[in-house]
Amino acid sequence: MLVKLFTDFMGWIDKRLPVTDAWNKHLAQYPAPKNFNFWYFFGSLAMLVLVNQILTGIWLTMNYEPSNEGAFASIEYIMRDVDYGWLLRYMHSTGASAFFIVVYMHMMRGLMYGSYQKPRELLWIFGMLIFLVLMAEAFMGYLLPWGNMSYWGAQVIISLFGNVPIIGDDLTLWIRGDYVISGATLNRFFALHVIALPLVLVILVFLHILALHEVGSNNPEGIDIKKPKGSIKPEELSKFEFHKQYTAKYDIVDAIPFHPYYSVKDIMGVAGFLIIFCWVMFFAPEGGGYFMEAPNFEPANGLKTPEHIAPVWYFGPYYTILRVIPHPLLGAIGMFSAIIVLFLLPWFDRGVVKSIKYRSKAHLINLIQFSICFIILGVLGTLPATPVYNMIGVFASFGYFGFFVALWFYSKNEKTKPVPERISG
Amino acid sequence: MSNAPVNNGRRRFLTAATAVVGGVGVAGVAVPFIASWNPSARAKAAGAPVEVNVGKIQPGQLIRAEWRGKPVYVVRRSEKMLADLAKHEDQLKDPESLEEQQPSYATNAHRSIKPEFMVALGVCTHLGCAPTHHKGDFGEKVEGVSDGFFCPCHGSKFDMAGRVFQSVPAPTNLMVPEHSFLTEDTLLIGVGQGEV
Repeated sequence: MLVKLFTDFMGWIDKRLPVTDAWNKHLAQYPAPKNFNFWYFFGSLAMLVLVNQILTGIWLTMNYEPSNEGAFASIEYIMRDVDYGWLLRYMHSTGASAFFIVVYMHMMRGLMYGSYQKPRELLWIFGMLIFLVLMAEAFMGYLLPWGNMSYWGAQVIISLFGNVPIIGDDLTLWIRGDYVISGATLNRFFALHVIALPLVLVILVFLHILALHEVGSNNPEGIDIKKPKGSIKPEELSKFEFHKQYTAKYDIVDAIPFHPYYSVKDIMGVAGFLIIFCWVMFFAPEGGGYFMEAPNFEPANGLKTPEHIAPVWYFGPYYTILRVIPHPLLGAIGMFSAIIVLFLLPWFDRGVVKSIKYRSKAHLINLIQFSICFIILGVLGTLPATPVYNMIGVFASFGYFGFFVALWFYSKNEKTKPVPERISG
Repeated sequence: MSNAPVNNGRRRFLTAATAVVGGVGVAGVAVPFIASWNPSARAKAAGAPVEVNVGKIQPGQLIRAEWRGKPVYVVRRSEKMLADLAKHEDQLKDPESLEEQQPSYATNAHRSIKPEFMVALGVCTHLGCAPTHHKGDFGEKVEGVSDGFFCPCHGSKFDMAGRVFQSVPAPTNLMVPEHSFLTEDTLLIGVGQGEV
């Protein structure tokens, strides 16, 4: 009786909006390669953190006051007087760092398995746009507690725009809305942080997933699970029923439906992630001074610079690249280029073999040196600038950009291993 | 509806004209959104240039003005102070003011428009404390230099042109703000020479 009621109701809905069809297309009958490993947790984890940020963010705005006079005090109010305010805030602040950890892992997965290569270039570009908006979102969010590091961190980053020739000074004035960073700046960052950028972020995530489902998921082997129609014997086809959008044009092999197989597997990832996340949130919410920096526990003061201005850890790599280039304009250009080269990665890589498993030794070494340089740059970004650190930073920056240059050269005629037709096992 | 033949040229013209007019409309609507990011009238008033009457400052005396929330030191340097500037240049980090801590019209030996008037932000370039003016007794801090500024927070030292001494925490000379003279005795802080 209840079942019939539900079926009738869904029938009524489906005649008016294809809900069941969308469910099947994107979840219950979406063919996902059968060999996803640990690295494939991070996409769904990123979604989980996004939901966490949006939800806790909405609740934080209920007690936060975006003004020069009230911002810092309202954070203390949330921490001390609002029931569970401390928890909501720590969920949000830990979530910010977790977001970047998850996204960096997600990007690393793409690098290892060539998930940016043809035909997934646009998927990669949407991902990079998400990364860019996420950085803007995090930067603006960091100003809101109106602590002294918030203030001076924003000072450093906004003054970057002052290096733009001719219009630089007017541009920084326009961004700040005042001659110094003030309540006007705080208010506009608040508006962008809670409305504009989250909206853009959600739309980009939606497009990212649509683009993914159009081209299909890559996998650790880098072997396509879509074969030309009619090329596979019927008994070798996947036993599952997939949506006709995928089966009409291709023979699908070595795939399982995303739901329930990967939705359930992802729950395991979520459980593991939440154990670590909750441990940090409850026992080390300040992340040893890296998630929340000491100077940020005193209010913003335009006349008192913190001893050592460091960005939050996740901006470290890019901040180091900015800092090791002595010329301010060139430094800013260097920093932005470090992001732009990532956008262009699908075109730097001229190879056809996707997975690191079947690519050359040179590529493996290049990817390892890139990862090491990225971590070194990140660590340096949180340390004060000394001549020795600067020297290391220069080498690591060369390693970072060198990855792309070297890739462009060797990928043309790369000596790769033979890639199997099918995913084995 | 009539079945008149389609006039493609006319249709293209109308499409283009609509697109152009619509584009102008979008650009027009963008104006308020972009312009609202400029400093408001209140912010402009609070950050307006400050006039200072310097006529009554005695030689060697320092007065403080406030501009955009920051203290501005104005000193009428005596003949001796000016003459002393050249004597300790070997002890300075940046004696020729190569770092752009001053407008181009103040990039000179005395870091000012008129040699006798020093204008500088009273904000230490290390961590933003206010350096104190030592008149005549600066020799305790730097031997052989009778006048200068000493920052009580971390001991940075500056001479009577706001130039920083070596081996102190402050990295650069004191900032010289944009300034100009409206009349012989009226100093305007916040607007550069030749901009009025």
